[in-house]
Amino acid sequence: MQSTFITNITGIRTALLSLMLFCLPAFAGVPTPDIPKGKGDKCVEETDFMRKNHMELILHQRDETVHRGIRTKKHSFKECINCHAVKDDDNVPVDFKNPKHFCNSCHTFAAVKIDCFECHASRPGNDKRGHGKTNDSAMSKH
Amino acid sequence: MSQTDDHTNNDQVDNGHVNNDHVNNYRRKFLGQLAAVTATGALGSGLVLNNFAQARPADEAVSSNVRYGLLIDTSKCGNGCDACVKACNDENGLQGFDRPETDAQWIRTVKLRDKSTNRTVSLPMMCQHCEFPPCVDVCPTGASFKRADGIVLVDKHLCIGCRYCMMACPYKARSFIHEELTGQVQGIPRGKGTVESCTLCVHRVDKGETPACVEACAKDGHKALIFGDLKDASSEIALRISKEASMQVRGDLKLNPGVRYQGI
Ligand code: SF4
Ligand code: SF4
Repeated sequence: MQSTFITNITGIRTALLSLMLFCLPAFAGVPTPDIPKGKGDKCVEETDFMRKNHMELILHQRDETVHRGIRTKKHSFKECINCHAVKDDDNVPVDFKNPKHFCNSCHTFAAVKIDCFECHASRPGNDKRGHGKTNDSAMSKH
Repeated sequence: MSQTDDHTNNDQVDNGHVNNDHVNNYRRKFLGQLAAVTATGALGSGLVLNNFAQARPADEAVSSNVRYGLLIDTSKCGNGCDACVKACNDENGLQGFDRPETDAQWIRTVKLRDKSTNRTVSLPMMCQHCEFPPCVDVCPTGASFKRADGIVLVDKHLCIGCRYCMMACPYKARSFIHEELTGQVQGIPRGKGTVESCTLCVHRVDKGETPACVEACAKDGHKALIFGDLKDASSEIALRISKEASMQVRGDLKLNPGVRYQGI
């Protein structure tokens, strides 16, 4: 019962959000998100479809990858990050803290908080820029 | 460097024998599978057979025809060597916060001492990828799980950080992330409030590579660690454990770990 309620709310929110995004030109004078373009000609799915459904694709792929070891690239979160990386003035990909980050550009506008990047790297590559130190101190544990 | 765990060896050696039955079971099953694989090879292109030992295609799910494991020859461990630990930290981006009691640690070096003889041996200890993992039994959310190929993982999307699994694990293999993290390695998600442990470098294994610790140990010339499919009778690991003595740490618990040791 409660979960249906929550699903409904989420459904309504998604619908409203999509409506907002699709009717952007209609909101004359309302600031609209400046969504950076990804690499290549087009996304792995139609842009309209992605706007509404990217979270479903990522959720599905996450279970496939974690539990079944399926690592196809088409709907992989890592590939989203690689393709949609936004570079700063020094030509370095920005992380999620930066308002210019691809995901941020829309999620901030829509006020939808995501927690993907509490665990996942928000920019391409195996970079250690955020690292304080390696855990060599932990090697003496026990 | 290490904790001194007093494990007497006799039980474990006995269990080494018990578990040879498991190995023989694997071999029997494998021979059946081999016939199937050969048939596929004959029907399809010859490439199928050539690819046998290589990476699974990215769109193919892991299979229980495989069981991954490690064989660790402690007699080959360099004195004071921590190449495997360093490689693990580096590969998985494990960060330290100068809090050795809680800093994440997927491999640690453990000293075992036989009380009766005082012989001590040092070995790398990581998640033992138990066939019957207590961490999975106790997990209230289904976050701890065993993949079909025997790799035990935490689905951090589901983990609520209750740490029951840490208490259930007899090998102290798991760490809890206490701090907010930044700069994670791409493909190795790690975050505050979740539990983690050795993944057997699942991201590398899925590409057909060996875990980072195994690679680092070999690079240093020790070759104390070998990785492979325990169910593939022709793999180096299966051949070695079918011919040489090896044992499981705390084999008496009958969890049938996928990690086996020699020289302890
Ligand atoms: S060693 Fe510990 S964490 Fe790893 S599978 Fe066994 S019980 Fe679970
Ligand atoms: S800490 Fe996470 S993985 Fe461990 S038992 Fe609790 S929910 Fe499961």
